[in-house]
Amino acid sequence: MAVPRYWREIPQRYNLVGTKCGSCGKIYFPPKVVCPTCRRKSLGHMEDCALAGRGTVESYTIIYAPPPHFEGEEPYTMALIKMDEGCYLMGQVVDLEPQEIHIGLRVEACFRRIYEDGTRGAIQYGYKFKKMEEAETP
Amino acid sequence: MATVGIAGYGAYVPKYRIKADEVARVWGKKGEAVSAGLMVYEKSVPAIDEDTATISVEAARRAVRSSGINPVDIGAVYVGSESHPYAVKPTATIVAEAIRATPDMTAADYEFACKAGTAAIQTCMALVKSGMITYGLAVGADVSQAAPGDALEYAASAGGAAFILGGDHLIAEINHTVSFTTDTPDFWRREGEPYPGHGERFTGEPAYFRHVVSATKKMLEAMDTRPGDYDYVVFHQPNGKFPLRAAKKLGFTKEQVQEGLLCPVIGNTYSGSTPLGLSAVLDVAQPGDRILATSYGSGAGSDSFDLTVTEGIADYPRNHLRRMLENKVYLDYALYMKHRGALK
Amino acid sequence: MREVALIGSGVTEFGELWEKSLADLVAEAGITAIMDAGIDGTDIDALYIGGMSAGRFVGQEHLGSLAAEVAGLSDLHIPATRVEAACASGGLALHSGYLAVASGAYDVVVVGGAEKMTDVPGTEATNILASAANREWEAFFGATFPGLYALMARYHMHKHGTTSKQLAQVAVKNHHNGTLNPKAQYQRKISVEDVLNSTMVADPLHLLDCSPITDGAAAVVVASVETARQFTDQPVRIMASCHASDSISLSERSRFDALPAAVSAARCAYRQAGVEPTDIDFAEVHDCFTIAEIMAIEDLGFVDRGQGGPATEDGLTARDGDIPVNTSGGLKSKGHPVGATGIAQIHELMLQLRGQAGQRQVEKADIGLSHNVGGSGGTAVIHILEAI
Repeated sequence: MAVPRYWREIPQRYNLVGTKCGSCGKIYFPPKVVCPTCRRKSLGHMEDCALAGRGTVESYTIIYAPPPHFEGEEPYTMALIKMDEGCYLMGQVVDLEPQEIHIGLRVEACFRRIYEDGTRGAIQYGYKFKKMEEAETP
Repeated sequence: MATVGIAGYGAYVPKYRIKADEVARVWGKKGEAVSAGLMVYEKSVPAIDEDTATISVEAARRAVRSSGINPVDIGAVYVGSESHPYAVKPTATIVAEAIRATPDMTAADYEFACKAGTAAIQTCMALVKSGMITYGLAVGADVSQAAPGDALEYAASAGGAAFILGGDHLIAEINHTVSFTTDTPDFWRREGEPYPGHGERFTGEPAYFRHVVSATKKMLEAMDTRPGDYDYVVFHQPNGKFPLRAAKKLGFTKEQVQEGLLCPVIGNTYSGSTPLGLSAVLDVAQPGDRILATSYGSGAGSDSFDLTVTEGIADYPRNHLRRMLENKVYLDYALYMKHRGALK
Repeated sequence: MREVALIGSGVTEFGELWEKSLADLVAEAGITAIMDAGIDGTDIDALYIGGMSAGRFVGQEHLGSLAAEVAGLSDLHIPATRVEAACASGGLALHSGYLAVASGAYDVVVVGGAEKMTDVPGTEATNILASAANREWEAFFGATFPGLYALMARYHMHKHGTTSKQLAQVAVKNHHNGTLNPKAQYQRKISVEDVLNSTMVADPLHLLDCSPITDGAAAVVVASVETARQFTDQPVRIMASCHASDSISLSERSRFDALPAAVSAARCAYRQAGVEPTDIDFAEVHDCFTIAEIMAIEDLGFVDRGQGGPATEDGLTARDGDIPVNTSGGLKSKGHPVGATGIAQIHELMLQLRGQAGQRQVEKADIGLSHNVGGSGGTAVIHILEAI
């Protein structure tokens, strides 16, 4: 991904900064300029809101045929995750064996390399997820 | 002089390990003999998508979260490593952004072989003491490189720790710091080269031992203390044996070294080594405990720190390093190579 | 709105057509359809061409002008429009042509769809196809197209008990149909075991659960019903032409075991045509992955939600079943040149409705339905056709 395009979304990619509708309170990620529920009422009332990074696996797949930027990393696990704030997002789940992933698994965001633009280009970082450690202090 | 010390710390060790036995098998060596010689039984290996920046971020986030310090009060971020992902472009800005400390702060990367992290701690101490910043974040982290087949391959590992230095909300006061520095080329990595070179046995007496022992002696003199005055001592750990031998030379006991000695089970995390050792000690220390920590960076220099644990430690959440040490997955050599990106 | 008909159609061979360029494919399909319709270049009021990503597959944009040029129509200076909605580009091009004729703006339009996909390496094709998903929030993190459908498959399996074997049955059926279609990319039967033993692409989808990378083009000629009679005595009436959209991101959908856009387009189409799902004699559905056909027959109301797998296993959608689905071989066996697919589906409907489907002709072919999907369900286009 071109550097300006990646840079623009660093708050989202690093810190899961989404938006909260000032009208209905619903939280969205990625950020939205308009709330699909409140529409007009929400304009000008969409506020930045960082997700806590915790969620539950709603569905998952293990990718064996990756696109060029992910060659060498396969197989990797991708999941559709329902965040505790209510929104869904897509991300890789790392540091677990393929047989450990299941629907309902609790996960938390971590910070990883997403991909490098060749050996000369920029390295792009962002969120992935890993199995939540239940003993975790809040 | 104003008080300065540690207001927060966080450690990170990747989940993957390779046993010295497995590395030895590939090169036709006897694993047991190698392990006995180096006192390294297994080492941490980064995941395929982990590097010094990601390890630094995880450690820094842990420090921020555990300490409860507001990241916008962090006025400086320094990351010490010899494996920064970029030759030009700071790791520290990635860390600062990921803990949401930007933009009203300063940042830079440090490199001084394995002591870049403690150099970062000293800088933050100075900035706090001078009143330039309220809190500073110092990180020592590495995903260290070793040429396949080199003796370093048994130990070169990955991990790091982050410290928030400040004048209040301290869990440990830093009573004093001293350094001992000379130009001693015992270990290096040339620009553009993937793997380091080293002076083999030259890395021992004139390099590691001279600097570690000298810096520690300077500290004992400056503080007018004796080895027995400390509850714990941490030395840089290129292998499991060197820190024990340094301790013996200086009159410390094995018991004082034991708690912070991680190299036998995670290898040498380079810039992460002394910081991780100190984290392991802080994880078990009680209020009033006295700690001495001396790093070593090839090239060469040592930074020594004398700390006293405060009452603040009692409420500090601190079991994460232990869990990361226990929660591990072993790789064979082929997967290890995949993780290190050597198969690309 | 005027009544609209289809009066001719044509497709190229589908497959890895090393010797043919994008322009060759567009010309071949267009000219075949024009010949089939019995029209002359001067009868054509406008061109529409669907293509997903010629810009990235072969570095060629501006397909409208290209189509006019290769069809020898440049001198007529007729309007020529390129339409894009990922894998639903073809279906959406037809919808555009339909609206233009229905509105009375034009009497005769040629609608084509084309994609030349094999000039790039497979991983690059995977990457280009991923641009039909949300690049920033799905593809950036490593999601592939099979991956998105695999997420829906896993969810469907979890929620409804659909099995890998039932998914495999879709591929087995469509490959069987493909052996009867001389234009299809694959002319070989496969077994459930073949599917289950094939390489995993995106768990739970195996290689043989996925449609292939294909070169090909297709075209149809659209005319008002009154104009149609001047050219053919076998026109096919467009009973319904409906288009619906949804979020481009899978994560923003209201559900993951269905394509809400397809449900919406189907509701619109049945209402427009004045028919029920039970009135549909046969259908061409967008089986880009086996799970997609399972969800399609549920979304279209042929079976209840969750019954797509068992119904497929029971032969409901086989060529001799109650509602034959993908008699052409579907995307799975016929091939999936993404921009051409929506039009190729219409070509199959026309063959069946006109009784020209040869060995694969279904017994009762009065009303047929096509279901064309873009991305992971961000676009759905449904047509219902009848022989008149």
